[in-house]
Amino acid sequence: MLQYYLPIIVLFVLAFGFAAFSVGAASFTGPKRYNRAKYDAYECGIEPAPQPMGGGRFPIKFYLTAMLFIVFDIEIIFLYPWAVAFGRLGVFGLVEMVLFIATVFVAYAYVWRRGGLEWD
Amino acid sequence: MRLTDSTQLPLTSFGHEPFWLTIAKALFVFVLLVVLTLFTIVFERKVVSWMQQRTGPNRVGPRGYLQSLADGLKLALKEEIIPALADKPVYILAPVVSAVPAFLAFSVIPFGPKVNVGGHETALQLTDMPIGVLFILACSSVGVFGIVLAGWSSGSTYPLLGALRSAAQVISYEVAMGLSFVAVFLYAGSLSTSEIVAAQHDRWFIITLPISFLIYAVAMVGETNRAPFDLPEAESELVGGFHTEYTSLKFAMFFLAEYINVITVSALATTMFLGGWRPPPFLSRVEFLSTGYFPIVWFLLKVVGFIFFFIWLRGTLPRLRYDQFMKLGWKVLIPVSLVWILLVAAIRTLTNQVPSSRDRFTYIALFMAVVFAVFLVWPQKKAPTEEEVEAESALVPVEQGGFPLPPLDLVVPPMPRSLQLTPTSPPNSEEAPRG
Repeated sequence: MLQYYLPIIVLFVLAFGFAAFSVGAASFTGPKRYNRAKYDAYECGIEPAPQPMGGGRFPIKFYLTAMLFIVFDIEIIFLYPWAVAFGRLGVFGLVEMVLFIATVFVAYAYVWRRGGLEWD
Repeated sequence: MRLTDSTQLPLTSFGHEPFWLTIAKALFVFVLLVVLTLFTIVFERKVVSWMQQRTGPNRVGPRGYLQSLADGLKLALKEEIIPALADKPVYILAPVVSAVPAFLAFSVIPFGPKVNVGGHETALQLTDMPIGVLFILACSSVGVFGIVLAGWSSGSTYPLLGALRSAAQVISYEVAMGLSFVAVFLYAGSLSTSEIVAAQHDRWFIITLPISFLIYAVAMVGETNRAPFDLPEAESELVGGFHTEYTSLKFAMFFLAEYINVITVSALATTMFLGGWRPPPFLSRVEFLSTGYFPIVWFLLKVVGFIFFFIWLRGTLPRLRYDQFMKLGWKVLIPVSLVWILLVAAIRTLTNQVPSSRDRFTYIALFMAVVFAVFLVWPQKKAPTEEEVEAESALVPVEQGGFPLPPLDLVVPPMPRSLQLTPTSPPNSEEAPRG
């Protein structure tokens, strides 16, 4: 089972080594000229807006999108094994999947109706 | 194991080759990705300049082809700045988290049939597993972490906004992308990339499943944050998006990751829909074109074709607004792909279970009749009456909780410059030409 992943580990070592080396080397290859303004947050030259500690607040829409994503990603995770085994399941598999997708579709229609998919 | 010809190795053979061969293949994939990235950057600039009727890079190397190499060197020689407000460990880790999964995703892409290297039969593919495509999706999900961490740890407004947009965008389009694959797995009966390529021996899936391909083609552009869906880096809104605060080689890592992602989704599209390394079906009888090392040429041709498609989109389409973009993902791509999956499954069941074509026609006619009946009884949305429209559009004064509105009959005064240009027209009049 694990034999499939050995080449991936080799490639991981290569890629990680390359990325870590590049990121590490960056502080040695470049010049160093201190200027306090360089270390400010970039805001097009205006005085930077004060940052609340811990990241502050951002729109709830992003959380909502993340939760909807989980619903659909789980649906996909159910669809994949079904698709692979489809040939052996026959009519039963089709009917079951129609019922499952219809159930998720009810939730989808509800979210749509309640404006959960609007972005303004 | 349902391989249709002898040019491929069975799935169980992966991972059993000698270790030096594994290292050689990993090195090959690594070098291929870096070289393809350098190529893609120059190719993009050349093609975009050609579409915009300019010359493009033409100074470094022959006809400017070494430009991206020079850019990489230049980035390495730039000063590294870590903002004072940055969360330092996360800030340094983020480019690595972004770049490494980009490399790893390519490891299950097949780029050729089996060949003989030093007496060992091996497939031109780093590895493959029963859940190959799932691994690619997993890698692209981990790549999002790099972007989110980069934006969050920068301690700056624009990167945070860009990272949030990017995360929301990638996960939204990942749903559509994942759904577009289901029909392919249904036909191939496997999640392993090499078996999907084998299943396209006679007919590519782009012909069997055109809608899946279209959905994937849209989703892959959204997934890689490329124009016209490059909202996380929208220069006019967010400066540079999540990598605004990054300089030097750390910035180069994000750049590299983005281009490797473009290459990987192109390679995945090739594998899933265009037959992978297989030559076009009318050439598949020619032994020399479909065995040995030559199929790598077919693979690269198809991948470069997709890369050109990416650049073409960038040269043609303006950037979408964010709400339009989310609307396209959630309200169009997802329902269309769900209905398409059910349709494909129904057709597949019909062809498997009902032997005679006359019975099939009966079932199809029955289905059409049901759809038509539903369409007839579906409640129509009534047009709003005049009173409703008036009530809707009536303005609520601010005192009663309405929104403050500027006077709606404002007239923009004529530009002073246009008045100078046309001295005959009386100054400050309504009819003065507007610039």
